[in-house]
Amino acid sequence: MEMTTAESPTVDNGVNVEALLGAREALTEAPAGAQFTWRATSDWVNGTHTRASVKGFHGLGEEQQHHKEFTFESDHPEVFAAEDAGATPVEFVLVGLAGCLTAGVASVAQNRGIQLRKVSATIEGNMDLQGILGIDSDVRNGFEDVTVRFDIDADATPEEIEALVAQSQKRSAVFDIVTNPTQVTVEVGA
Amino acid sequence: MTRSTSPFRELSMRRKAREIDVIVIGAGHAGLAMSAQLSARKVEHVVLEAGDIGHRWRRERWDSLRLLTPNWTLNLPGKPYAGQNADGFMHKDALADYLEGYARAVAAPVKRATPVHRVTGVGTKYRVTTTQGEWYCRALVLATGAYAEAAVPKVAEFLPQGVTQVTARDYRRAADLPRGKVLVVGGSATGLQLAQELRNAGREVILSTGEHVRMPRQLADRDVYWWLTKSGVLWESADDVDDIVRARRLPSPQLVGQPGADLNLGSLQDAGVEIVGRFAGVSQGKAQFSGNLPHLCKSADLKIQRLLQRFAESVPGVLSEEQLIVTPTELARPRLSVSLADEIKVVLWATGFKPDYRWLDVDTFDAKGRLKHSGGVVAAPGIYALGLPLMRSRASTFIAGIEPDTRALAEHLYGYLNTCTQRIAVST
Repeated sequence: MEMTTAESPTVDNGVNVEALLGAREALTEAPAGAQFTWRATSDWVNGTHTRASVKGFHGLGEEQQHHKEFTFESDHPEVFAAEDAGATPVEFVLVGLAGCLTAGVASVAQNRGIQLRKVSATIEGNMDLQGILGIDSDVRNGFEDVTVRFDIDADATPEEIEALVAQSQKRSAVFDIVTNPTQVTVEVGA
Repeated sequence: MTRSTSPFRELSMRRKAREIDVIVIGAGHAGLAMSAQLSARKVEHVVLEAGDIGHRWRRERWDSLRLLTPNWTLNLPGKPYAGQNADGFMHKDALADYLEGYARAVAAPVKRATPVHRVTGVGTKYRVTTTQGEWYCRALVLATGAYAEAAVPKVAEFLPQGVTQVTARDYRRAADLPRGKVLVVGGSATGLQLAQELRNAGREVILSTGEHVRMPRQLADRDVYWWLTKSGVLWESADDVDDIVRARRLPSPQLVGQPGADLNLGSLQDAGVEIVGRFAGVSQGKAQFSGNLPHLCKSADLKIQRLLQRFAESVPGVLSEEQLIVTPTELARPRLSVSLADEIKVVLWATGFKPDYRWLDVDTFDAKGRLKHSGGVVAAPGIYALGLPLMRSRASTFIAGIEPDTRALAEHLYGYLNTCTQRIAVST
């Protein structure tokens, strides 16, 4: 016991692992509470510029709120003859993947008692525009592939860092969303 | 519940009902080993077997199957392996013969051709209904194993009509399959062995794999089971495993029962098998595969590396630095979809096996239909399970693990019989 109390305060990645493990236990007992619905709303501004926002979501059996509304501007860059009022929608996908995998690295590191000093990621998605422009029907619209390069400085061996990154992918929602098919329904309101 | 039998038939069945302390269901290695343990403790019992001894090995597996574990691990209670080929891998039919011999040696009271239809709790006993009448017992051992039925994912329902679907339980040999390209689904020992067999038979083969466990056949001229045994990994208790639910669901290690033969995704790719990711769905006549294959390969490489390091630490001085190097799995860029109707003639589901306890009408299953037990002591008085993945230790699914498991559970059962007055809750 002495040893663990002496060791544990030194590792602090700012992740409340006890709360996460507590949530895991609670939601195992009450799986209905684990049903979440994430929501975004958006409004067209002009041209290819859209403003989207997130505030409320559903989970733990009731409506929940972020502490404030977050807004996001999406647009196309000037090379597409657009205003460049924000990141392109496909870049938001990369941002989502970066955020998700990095959050995973931090959480897993905390759980494994690994102190992080730096976690940088460079994410690239390769895309052949012949797809979305309808030039070649054999080319898909989306990314041909996505590569993530982590640069991590931590109190851990290279093998431990590899294992952190692997575990983060294993538990990542966005990694799953990007790598696996998802049923998507688009409706038009009256 | 409606009664399917007339009052007269009910009466005549009851007249024939026999009473016995313990009923063991299933005469595979587990049921026979338990029988030996019970006989050693002078516990009155019978072993009810739906078919013949080692029935599944003989009748429900493919022709070429050999055990993944070397013969020296066939350490059944009271009868360690004494044959000539300790380092060999027994053919499935030879194993069935071996079990017949064991049943004779330990004089196991086996009732063959006696399938159990239903088990219910009645007072402090269980009523076991079979095609050969009824039995009442105080304790019950479920030795029907974890591999009764083929587990097939839901996505199988969405395959086009023209694609023949076969499970690993029903597959026998390459020549039986319709001509054309085969998609083997599953990265377990079964999936990889069948992909290799089909490729060797000249078939075009695609192998779809999700999470998988890489394993070398040999290290420093010793079989991997020598290492697993020596290092203590095989005897690691279920209580010491981090995520037991996940560990119990892991596919079998990528091995084939052939001395020194390595079987993995890389070796299959070299043999001309196309490797793709997990079968994720069917859309517009195409099979879709997950794009997470590089991650899963990397994870499997990291895990086997850690296992080798554990071997080196627990058995020092045998493995050189070079022998600890794991060659990274490097696959060609995997396709994310394949047209089923145009390209695939056969889908072979090697997506695992599952136990079949539909006949067990006792309230001891969790929300997902899994048997509730702690180390094989089922959450219903006097019921014990055997042969389930990581039931008591990593060895529990292997024949090598049956001696300690049956010994511990026979002790528990013996204690139960001597104290049992507990009423068995009748399931609703």
